[in-house]
Amino acid sequence: MPCTQRKLTTGILMNEMKHSPNNNGSRLATKEFTLNMGPQHPATHGVLRLVLDLDGETIVKCTPYVGYLHRGVEKLSENRNYLQILPLTDRLDYISSMSNNIGYCVAVEKLFGIELPERTEYIRTIVSELSRIANHLLWLATHALDIGAMTVFLYCFREREKILDLFERLCGARLTVSYPRIGGLKNDADARWLEDVLAFTDEFPGRVGQYETLINKNRIWLRRTKGVGVISAEDAINWGLSGPTLRGSGVPYDVRTVTQYGMYHKVKWKICTGKNGDIYDRYRVRMDEFHQSNSIIRQCIEQISEGPIMADAPKFTLPPKDRVLSDMEHLIHHFVLITKGPQTAPEGELYVPTEVPKGELGFFFVSDGTGKPYRMRIRSPSFVHVAALPRLCEGELLADIIANIGSIDIVLGECDR
Amino acid sequence: MEPLEIVNRLKAKYLNEISVVSQFRDQVFVSVNRDRILDICRYLHDDPEMYMDYLADLCGVDYPGRQYRFEVVYNLFSMKHRHRILLKALIPEKDPAIDSVVSVWSGANWHEREACDMYGITFNGHPDLRRILMPEDWDGYPLRKDYPLKGQEDHEYKGLEEARDLHTHDSEWTIT
Repeated sequence: MPCTQRKLTTGILMNEMKHSPNNNGSRLATKEFTLNMGPQHPATHGVLRLVLDLDGETIVKCTPYVGYLHRGVEKLSENRNYLQILPLTDRLDYISSMSNNIGYCVAVEKLFGIELPERTEYIRTIVSELSRIANHLLWLATHALDIGAMTVFLYCFREREKILDLFERLCGARLTVSYPRIGGLKNDADARWLEDVLAFTDEFPGRVGQYETLINKNRIWLRRTKGVGVISAEDAINWGLSGPTLRGSGVPYDVRTVTQYGMYHKVKWKICTGKNGDIYDRYRVRMDEFHQSNSIIRQCIEQISEGPIMADAPKFTLPPKDRVLSDMEHLIHHFVLITKGPQTAPEGELYVPTEVPKGELGFFFVSDGTGKPYRMRIRSPSFVHVAALPRLCEGELLADIIANIGSIDIVLGECDR
Repeated sequence: MEPLEIVNRLKAKYLNEISVVSQFRDQVFVSVNRDRILDICRYLHDDPEMYMDYLADLCGVDYPGRQYRFEVVYNLFSMKHRHRILLKALIPEKDPAIDSVVSVWSGANWHEREACDMYGITFNGHPDLRRILMPEDWDGYPLRKDYPLKGQEDHEYKGLEEARDLHTHDSEWTIT
């Protein structure tokens, strides 16, 4: 016993002895440890706290504690009008805020019944796929770093920086973009920007090849990921997993094919799936999605044509500035929208999911006809994925929990809302 | 299957449980009696033609002043048939409780904890019903409509010191 006690370091907390040892006997005493991990831990990708009951190195029980980043977005939304909620959605999944904004706007547009102009849909598809690439780059970088591959981190950040620069040129912000608007976009994308996006997509598949040469045949990488954190297709569905985490188990479910939004029906792409449902397959799915997203962006840039970027729905969307300055009615709409927000909304309830890089982001609105949502529920993929974490790592080794947390791709801002 | 067809089959089987059916855009909402929610969910999950194997979402809604103040909304989706239906279980204010569906969908676990945390709805048979987003010693249910946006007046949250005593886990710990 003194031997084990001496090995205790900061963060390791000890339970009572579960199996009392035979003091004079030959058998070594075994002890169950309770290990506290987080909330301040670099590999938990945010403020996630896990309490792990360990038998040796095996995890017997894993209890996640969340809520450290709870800001009450749902409560705040009930007291704000539909236009004011948009910046709050940036702060959910701050890694891919563009996708969150688009998810929110799509949901509100479906509630209001707004039809978008074609150009807007194309630009939204381009930026949400760019956001998916940026998210997967950050995921790969940190996931690889967590399980020991430092170089990948630096390579991935090189490309991610380029995407953030493109976002900055498009809308002025790098992380919390708030670029889409209900019924359209903040500003149009110019031809030069689209050319640069095309130039990025020219070189990007080669870059993905570079990452793969670093880790695809790396023995340590394979040993840490293959056959670890396995979840069957049936279990994954039962736990409500979504996105690449679900597709890694071989379920071809992608919300882009379920909800009608963007231009996904006009371009050719396929749903990437894995087979075994382990960490390696989830990694493969995301790597394949790089190529799919890249090809979607290229096709969109080929097909895009000139046109308006705001829908014609004066009660919900800001009218064009030149009309405001020349036309009384538009001036009034502009004034009311800016000072008071939308005054009416169709009465009803609606759930609209969209595919964000991490999975299914759903907005459930209960509208009572006023300009504020009566209830806005955010179904965030990270929340569901953290809930399934005990299922993934119980019975596995302590070191694998780091790999497991990485593989489900969580952001706690979105989990805690 | 079309959502209305699902409703018809539900009505054929559980006529007395269903009160209101509403439709908005392409989505259908069915208000059901809370008493047999577990039976209804199990039927929807198990029946081969329904096969609602994916619980996309579960959340509470508060309507003060109504006969049934709370609603629990079950958002069910079938991976196989690609159809969706939303169930609304009606819960009175006096006895805010409903059966847990964790035995049907494991993913319901945290959603139910959140509904309990935010609305004070008890889920009978839930394996681990604790507060999830709010601290364990928090007073009140923040998403209820009568809960003020800026928090309750004259009620300052004391934080860690009190929380430490209430953490069941902490009492077992001896830090060496």
